[in-house]
Amino acid sequence: MSQATLAIRRISGHAGPAPGAGVERAEQVCKLVDTTTCIGCKACEVACLEWNGYAFSQTTFNNSYQTMPTTSWNYWNLIKFNEHEREDGALMLLMRKDQCMHCAEPGCLAACPADGAIVQYTNGIVDFQQQNCIGCGYCVSGCPFDIPKFNSNTKKMFKCTLCSDRVSEGLEPACIKSCPTGCLHFGTKDDMTFLAEKRAQQLRENFGMEKAGVYDPQGVGGTGVIYVLHDVSNPEAYGGLPKDPYIPWVVQFWKGPAKWIGNLAMLGGIIGVTLHYLRFGPKQVNGWKHKEGGKP
Amino acid sequence: MTNGWADIKNTDMMLIMGGNPAENHPCGFKWAIEAKRNRNAKMIVVDPRFTRTAATADLFAQIRVGSDIAFLGGVIRYAIENNRIAHDYLVNYTNAAFIIKDGFKLPEDGLYSGFDSEKKTYDKSTWNYEEGGDLTGKPVAPTPPNQNAQPQYAGQQREAKGYQGASSAEAKAGAVPAPSLPPNIAYDLSLQHPRCVFQLLKRQYSRYTPEMVERITGIPKDQFLKAADLFTSIRKDGDTKKVATILYAVGWTQHSYGTQMIRTAAMLQLLLGNVGRAGGGVNALRGHANIQGATDMGGIFDIWPGYLKVPNPNDVDLKTYLERVTPKASKPSPWDSFNYWSNTPKFAVSYLKAMFGDAATKENDWAFHYAPKIDRNYSWTQIWDNMYRGTVKGMFAFGMNGVAIGPNSQKNIEALKKADWLVVGEIYPDETSEFWRAPGTTAEEMKAINTTVYRLPCAGFAEKDGSMTNSARWLQWKNIALPTPGDARLDQDIVAQIFLKVRELYQKEGGAFPDPILKLTWPYTEPKHPALSELAKEFNGKALADLIDPKTQQVIKRGQQLPGFAWLKDDGTTSCGNWIYSGCWTEAGPQLMRRGTEDPSGMGVYQNWAWAWPANRRVLYNRASCDPSGKPWDADRRQVWWNEATQTWVGNDVPDFKPDSAPKDHMGPFIMNPDGVGRIFAPLAAFADGPFPEHYEPTESPVVNALHPNQSNSPVVKRLTSTADKYGTVSEGFNIICTTYRLTEHYHYWTKNNPVNVQLIPEPFVEMPVELAQELGIKGGDTVKVTSARSFYVAKAFVTKRIRPMNIDGKKVYQIGLPIHQGYRGIQEDADRNARTLANRLSPAVTDPNAYTPEFKGFLVKLEKV
Repeated sequence: MSQATLAIRRISGHAGPAPGAGVERAEQVCKLVDTTTCIGCKACEVACLEWNGYAFSQTTFNNSYQTMPTTSWNYWNLIKFNEHEREDGALMLLMRKDQCMHCAEPGCLAACPADGAIVQYTNGIVDFQQQNCIGCGYCVSGCPFDIPKFNSNTKKMFKCTLCSDRVSEGLEPACIKSCPTGCLHFGTKDDMTFLAEKRAQQLRENFGMEKAGVYDPQGVGGTGVIYVLHDVSNPEAYGGLPKDPYIPWVVQFWKGPAKWIGNLAMLGGIIGVTLHYLRFGPKQVNGWKHKEGGKP
Repeated sequence: MTNGWADIKNTDMMLIMGGNPAENHPCGFKWAIEAKRNRNAKMIVVDPRFTRTAATADLFAQIRVGSDIAFLGGVIRYAIENNRIAHDYLVNYTNAAFIIKDGFKLPEDGLYSGFDSEKKTYDKSTWNYEEGGDLTGKPVAPTPPNQNAQPQYAGQQREAKGYQGASSAEAKAGAVPAPSLPPNIAYDLSLQHPRCVFQLLKRQYSRYTPEMVERITGIPKDQFLKAADLFTSIRKDGDTKKVATILYAVGWTQHSYGTQMIRTAAMLQLLLGNVGRAGGGVNALRGHANIQGATDMGGIFDIWPGYLKVPNPNDVDLKTYLERVTPKASKPSPWDSFNYWSNTPKFAVSYLKAMFGDAATKENDWAFHYAPKIDRNYSWTQIWDNMYRGTVKGMFAFGMNGVAIGPNSQKNIEALKKADWLVVGEIYPDETSEFWRAPGTTAEEMKAINTTVYRLPCAGFAEKDGSMTNSARWLQWKNIALPTPGDARLDQDIVAQIFLKVRELYQKEGGAFPDPILKLTWPYTEPKHPALSELAKEFNGKALADLIDPKTQQVIKRGQQLPGFAWLKDDGTTSCGNWIYSGCWTEAGPQLMRRGTEDPSGMGVYQNWAWAWPANRRVLYNRASCDPSGKPWDADRRQVWWNEATQTWVGNDVPDFKPDSAPKDHMGPFIMNPDGVGRIFAPLAAFADGPFPEHYEPTESPVVNALHPNQSNSPVVKRLTSTADKYGTVSEGFNIICTTYRLTEHYHYWTKNNPVNVQLIPEPFVEMPVELAQELGIKGGDTVKVTSARSFYVAKAFVTKRIRPMNIDGKKVYQIGLPIHQGYRGIQEDADRNARTLANRLSPAVTDPNAYTPEFKGFLVKLEKV
């Protein structure tokens, strides 16, 4: 999935400055999903499947139009259907396009120990580089949106690329292109934020949706996918969209203080070993007999 | 559609009923969303289920299946009561002011005047305008219109004995000439005359109170009032600028009174002055890419291409036929009526010339006698009934899956078992071509089936070129994307080769009446492979002699393509396969291939994109978008207008009007009606079941009609009576209302062969209310069996809050719904992962008396856990 035409801002598991960082300035890209105009047609699901060349997989009916519980390693884009009763008793059928949120502060990238397996381009796209992935699955624990998925055959992690291949060629992501109602938009983060806020305002002022608003959670530094929600105070109703997502403390601690504590501990260990050697010399083995070819 | 897809963006208000465009027309639905996003338009969705369309609506009301006329009638009443009507439009552009004959009776007891209880048909002679002049302000007899109607009617009944009306199905009578509209209609422009259409309308729907609407539809009164208030709010305080549209699909069509549902919508739109206007109209959303084209081209047994009526045996010669089918203008004497169907002889003769070429001469009545005459009903359910009864021995099934379509699919399967032969042209093995392996057929039974099945591999849509006509009446050309695989052949090649073979046999062996076969024109360059471009040119029509327009001196040379239907002649000098398509492929080239995206008015007219019939008009009846003086009702949405300087109608769209008829002439904008006006009252034989719609119950209903319990169903709906046609009642345990529908994830019975669609919706299911599931101990995903009087259906339970239990006239009623897409051939079916029953095994073969569309949308079932 490496895209040479996109400049890289940071890469996972890599000491020192990211190669090529800051060479090229790119606008932050962003997908806008207006859930109030989503009709759950799943065209974006099919476009994603077809653009990325993934084949049919067996599903079963599970009391919903949604026939897969979550996204999967070869199914990166899923409309989540939820029947929701408002406080006044009115029924809503909430349909939300679920996919990688392309966080500005990606928890997956933070958690990833493999050198170069996860990259964030300067345009904000967070992309997995399967050739570098070690399949450890740490990215899963770093993601507050349950996005990275494991392919048990190849032992690699996969997720939505925000069509980095298309975007780098100046095209919109496949899902955006396929959307029939214009519920999906694509552009710079600034433009999408403006459009989303304007739409939310229209919903509040003209359609009686007093709590309409834009979902762009700051706990992960804002996202490269933003939603207009009928009720921004209750994102959980949209198939478990976290109200206040953040990178888990354990990942933050591990990649932050723990890393330095570890480094210090390791350094201390090396110093200790060296001092020990200098002071006491090599360790002598006494009374030990080597057994050749035998089992211990 | 009176309007078009892109035009929906111009609306201020949408009523979506009898359709689910978000799921079944997702690409067209973008325009509804555009209207919401750009104009703050409001959307009302009324449906038995909370659909994905409802998810984007501003107001949703759950309605009982089949009670739409009660709802719409209630809105008509509300609009009149609250003066939310377009008064000037109503008086000038509709028949609201016209006086109806004394003796016409409203169906307050469920029957209109003229009912013949033996024949179950109406004598429609009282359903007519009264002759006379201006009765405005004149005193009228004090008796209300209907009090003395019954005795008068009884007298007429005796006099009219033997008369059987004018509809095609009753055409045998013949001897008594059909009553006709008076040339000089009596009218009252003050709309006060008790027998004027407006007063009758008011009286008809005065019974449709919010309380009555609640009793019939199950929509709580306050919710109904909210919907009625919102929809009619466009005419609040005398506003004439705003516009509302009504979008519907087969959720209206597929009832035993479906035509009348659509009629009610049309009447409401006329009352509010919404027809002819950008963002308005009555808009049928067609379910197939080319179903509009199929009807335009005469794909129905009683119409020729271009909606000309098919001759019947009483039409002894062309003159008799043309006299019967060509209407004469009928109007208030100071008004003008274009009566465009007065050109019928030109369309009909040009059609016969296209069919029989040089063999059609003046001497032989333009080969009128070669054309088949219909002596009875040859509609869809009738064909299957005839096969079931053994009178139809064979069938060609192309581009459709007749067994899966149903209704009463098991009957269709049984019918095919009795046939001698079946030819299926398809791209997949389907349920029809494999009717013999329908579930439940034993090995012994299979051995007893003697039907010879010929399965012909056909081309898929991407393997053919040709034009498709969409809901907006646009003819759009498509090119071939892929070659046909293997031995597959183009449908038109197969049909052509069968025809040529039949003709060869007639040449060799003669026959009872060989001329229609031998003399049919077949002018294609490669007779065995007729190019669709050649057919399109044939539809458009050409000059058979040099033609000259006396006004402009424009000349069309012999052999040239015609610029449009205005050039058609009834003297044999033009040929045209379909007059409404004339203009689609002219000397200037194939108009239907145009791809111009310019839209100077910004109203989504796209004059240079493809070609719309008639005459590239995008909104029909657009004269009505202007006030009587010729100025647009809304200056911001200017479609056409009267140009005083040039003394012509001009505009952003092609005016649907006589171009030089000045407003002072008061020509009616509805030029296809002989009265020139929009018909709130549909006179004479326009409809078999009444001039004003009345609420009737579906053939199978859990309740009696609250308006007239003694006349629950429409009295003219006929039930098929074969041994396979059974009807269920509540007392037999069929106490749940069932409706059928389509899902956005599938296309009819076709995509069950396509892996991606199967992944999106892998299995058949039945949507049911949570409360019903609880009562029956059913959980989501459980296998359930749905049984109607005809057959049963097995699928998984989809327990949902999106269908709620209903209170109908004090009675708790449950509705369930099932998608129709699965069957016994397909990816899942072949792998034995799915139940293999067809949804339409459940639906009844009872049809609308006007359009003969089956009642797929509402019938009774039992539900049980398996």
